[in-house]
Amino acid sequence: MNLFVEIFYFAAAVLFIIGLKQMSSPVTARRGIVWAGVGMVLATLITFAHPHVNSNYLLIFLGIAIGGGLAWKTGKEVAMTDMPQMIALYNGMGGGAAAAIAAVELIKREPMDPLVQLLAIFGALIGSVAFSGSLIAFGKLQGIKQLRGAIRFKNQQRINAAIFVVVAWMGLGIATSGTDYGMFTLFLFFALALAFGVMMTLPIGGADMPVVISLYNAFTGLAVGFEGFVLENPAMMIAGIVVGSAGTLLTQLMAKAMNRPISNVLFSNFGEGGGEAQ
Amino acid sequence: MDGFIALYIFMLAAFTGYEVISKVPVILHTPLMSGSNFVHGIVLVGAMVVLGQAEDGMEQLVGFIAVVLAAGNAVGGYVVTERMLDMFKSSKGEK
Repeated sequence: MNLFVEIFYFAAAVLFIIGLKQMSSPVTARRGIVWAGVGMVLATLITFAHPHVNSNYLLIFLGIAIGGGLAWKTGKEVAMTDMPQMIALYNGMGGGAAAAIAAVELIKREPMDPLVQLLAIFGALIGSVAFSGSLIAFGKLQGIKQLRGAIRFKNQQRINAAIFVVVAWMGLGIATSGTDYGMFTLFLFFALALAFGVMMTLPIGGADMPVVISLYNAFTGLAVGFEGFVLENPAMMIAGIVVGSAGTLLTQLMAKAMNRPISNVLFSNFGEGGGEAQ
Repeated sequence: MDGFIALYIFMLAAFTGYEVISKVPVILHTPLMSGSNFVHGIVLVGAMVVLGQAEDGMEQLVGFIAVVLAAGNAVGGYVVTERMLDMFKSSKGEK
């Protein structure tokens, strides 16, 4: 990687950590987001000089313009009270992006180090769950009728557990098979990972959503960090893992502020024998 | 990259994230969640790299989706966090 790219990525990582530090105190919070913003602009601009970026410039510009433009518009226009679901939406997009990065790397079928391949799969799984889960959280807070309230049905935990076991087993299979996995297997893996995110979020009620969004925020951070290891991109590694652990702590703090453990939020219908569903 | 170097980076970054926000007051929970949501918008960099070396149509399509989603994460995360913290500042100023 060329020297300038390395220096800018390093600066971005430092700015992110300073920004987060400042955002955790009321006096400096406003400054913190600006520091982090500067880091993001630096990292994005220098990436055009990244040695691996050598084609599709038009597509990159177009993608940034479309995604960034829509997010800018919706972020500016949304009412203050609707902020939490917008955080969920943007967070989901980040998770989806991490999963899509993993998908491209896996579609390419370039031989990877086995450990790196496992990390790619890990990131793909967590990113997909954060994506579809956040979209459901968004829908619930937005008040979409079909999603409102806690949606529970008989044997829900068992079905969810079954989906998880299958998706984990498939992921492990892809991770350990070198480049010898089928396109259909890959497709099915992503589809099931997305389905699991939906199923996991459906039974959680609207009042618990902030905690769940925070959890998915930590998930996305981890997924970004893992894909950072796959792409050997230090800015992504550090920012992703820092957010992953800060987000996990924040989730715990938020659950504590609501006076209940996280397991209670996520699996509150566990052990009730599906009584409510009948 | 050497596996152990990567492991050290992982460990140190994880502790950093934990320490950096360990004393956050309750009123800042949501803005900080939004702020950290913005920070993982750095995924945009990875999306750009992936699309920048995509060759066939399928890779280009998925890479393009990655860039669109990642740009949404970064820009949306920033706008929303800034608005939230702005409100914070003005409400403090009135006191």
